[in-house]
Amino acid sequence: MTTNATPVRSGAGPDADGFFGDFGGRFVAETLMPLILQLEQAYEASKTDPEFRRELAYFQRDYVGRPSPLYHAERLSDALGGAKIYFKREDLNHTGAHKINNCIGQILLAKKMGKRRIIAETGAGMHGVATATVAARFGMQCVVYMGATDIERQQPNVFRMKLLGAQVIPVTAGTGTLKDAMNEALRDWVTNVDDTFYIIGTVAGPHPYPAMVRDFQAVIGRETREQIIDKEGRLPDSLVACIGGGSNAMGLFHPMLEDESIRMIGVEAGGHGIETGEHAASLNGGVPGVLHGNRTYLLQDDDGQIKDAHSVSAGLDYPGIGPEHAFLFSSGRVEYVSITDDEAVDAFKTCCHLEGIIPALESAHAIAHAAKLAPTLPKDHLMVINLSGRGDKDMASVAAYLEKRGDTEVLPDTAEDARDVDDLQFGQGSNQGETH
Amino acid sequence: MSSRITARFDALKQENRAALVTFVTAGDPSFDASLAILEALPGAGADIIELGMPFTDPMADGPAIQKAALRALAAGQTQIKTLEMVKRFRERDTTTPIVLMGYYNPIYRYGVERFLVDAKAAGVDGLIVVDLPPEHDAELCLPAREAGIDFIRLATPTTDDKRLPKVLENTSGFVYYVSVAGVTGARAPTPTDVERAVGRIKEHSQLPVAVGFGIRRAQQAEEIARFSDAVVVGSALVDCIEGAVDTATAVAEVSRLTRELAEGVRAARR
Repeated sequence: MTTNATPVRSGAGPDADGFFGDFGGRFVAETLMPLILQLEQAYEASKTDPEFRRELAYFQRDYVGRPSPLYHAERLSDALGGAKIYFKREDLNHTGAHKINNCIGQILLAKKMGKRRIIAETGAGMHGVATATVAARFGMQCVVYMGATDIERQQPNVFRMKLLGAQVIPVTAGTGTLKDAMNEALRDWVTNVDDTFYIIGTVAGPHPYPAMVRDFQAVIGRETREQIIDKEGRLPDSLVACIGGGSNAMGLFHPMLEDESIRMIGVEAGGHGIETGEHAASLNGGVPGVLHGNRTYLLQDDDGQIKDAHSVSAGLDYPGIGPEHAFLFSSGRVEYVSITDDEAVDAFKTCCHLEGIIPALESAHAIAHAAKLAPTLPKDHLMVINLSGRGDKDMASVAAYLEKRGDTEVLPDTAEDARDVDDLQFGQGSNQGETH
Repeated sequence: MSSRITARFDALKQENRAALVTFVTAGDPSFDASLAILEALPGAGADIIELGMPFTDPMADGPAIQKAALRALAAGQTQIKTLEMVKRFRERDTTTPIVLMGYYNPIYRYGVERFLVDAKAAGVDGLIVVDLPPEHDAELCLPAREAGIDFIRLATPTTDDKRLPKVLENTSGFVYYVSVAGVTGARAPTPTDVERAVGRIKEHSQLPVAVGFGIRRAQQAEEIARFSDAVVVGSALVDCIEGAVDTATAVAEVSRLTRELAEGVRAARR
């Protein structure tokens, strides 16, 4: 059925029609097709435009704060007693997550194309904040679509976007989460075809978005590769990153896909557990379908209706995944696992206690899987976890979650209690797991 | 063999008038009520019926048709039931063309080959699938035409002269001109712009050209019917269903509006 039955070499896609093997494509309404073709042309031209490359490098360095550090998480490594763990500190970027890497790239493109109005969808609000930020910096009008459910659980980010001058439009259609926000952004785009640029926040959507967002995020992996060689004199043995749409993971993985010795693991949001049906693990719990402009793995029922995703983390709460991940899943190059809400919250607490870093709940999924894996690995195993964002936005969600599960150990009452957190154990996944 | 769609347009050409194409969502607000509405449409003046296949994420639709899809899904509508509805309709009406309209995923999930066989057997005449541009003709458009089902393509205000031949290339039955850039049921089109666009399409194609998006009232239908081969009305009819307290009211309201629109279409070239 598709244009390319032979899988492309890992890392080499997509083909001219936007396919990574069977996945990807340009499944959009005719009204949007000419716009998408224009965008593809502009993007291709930007790749060889020295002025564009210069501007991008300038803003990555002086505005975003790149390169982000590669930090040896020594206490976490010691506590786990196995692999030597590094964090790629995307949480230290301006706006607190990897999202801005892509937004800077796309807004420069928007400027080049003469667009004046920016639209975006957002889940946890990090992409919305990053978009509002670059729109402010470049003096463009900005409209962010955000599900009503997400607005409730991510209030600080909503306020941030408004401060930055963006209009945040609550989406009540459907289930009021990320997928509905994306539908609404597409409806806006199809209506405002002349002046509007749609900054998609992840490696999904119609071609060229999956490739373009990947390329803007690939700075993560390129830096990591250089930094680890600088620190350790060799390539890492494994890479671990969380996956909603999959942009931080793709950014880390893609520049090293050809380094065959490196094991790569994408961590999906397992919600209450895959077996419960309440999760956001499109690869581990979905089947191929077509949504939001691309063919990929989707959470859907037998009738092809899209199912609601569930995750404690709003940023992973999406029933699909970028098409290149679908391809890397089918080719076997990357392993895809899942982590439950409980496990992610445990890892969130541990990272706070041991490293003094409050990770985004999304990134906590990656830490949680690393915590399962690291103890089984030798001490000379080099593991890089993408710490894709900081967790300040998650305070209310985590507090509510801990209260709901009767978890009182999050706030040590005395200094003595506080020291005991060294004894924290992983993977117990519930309220009484942590021994003192 | 002439298809029902071609036969209908040929007949209307003899009458020197445009077709009225009515859109309702299958299963809205329930299977039985929806079938009753469907069966009332030809008598009220619908020449061609577009039947929406409900989908959870209708990206090109405005609030009215979004809500209609969710009502239908909540009432248990599925692709199988939509085909069953067509089959039941065909027991009493063998001439009114039925075009299924929707999004690709439910068809993809059903299985393209199996879907085309079942749709043909049920009496479906054409398909409009919003998220399948000509770049993806191999997915469904070409197999549909092989199965004897017309694949009706949308042309839009953003489809320029360079792209138009590609859009029209594998289109059959008729061409659907989307009169405004936007979602269904949003703003009203400007007749002079639409007339120019219809003329442009006719330079490239012999097929009848239907015009839809944003047409709600008889007077608008009359204006558009002066220069197009068909006028499509959807959201306004779907609004009648949303506002109805029971099946009888829904049928009555949809029939009333359909009669008015049909009157408008018939008045256009008098």
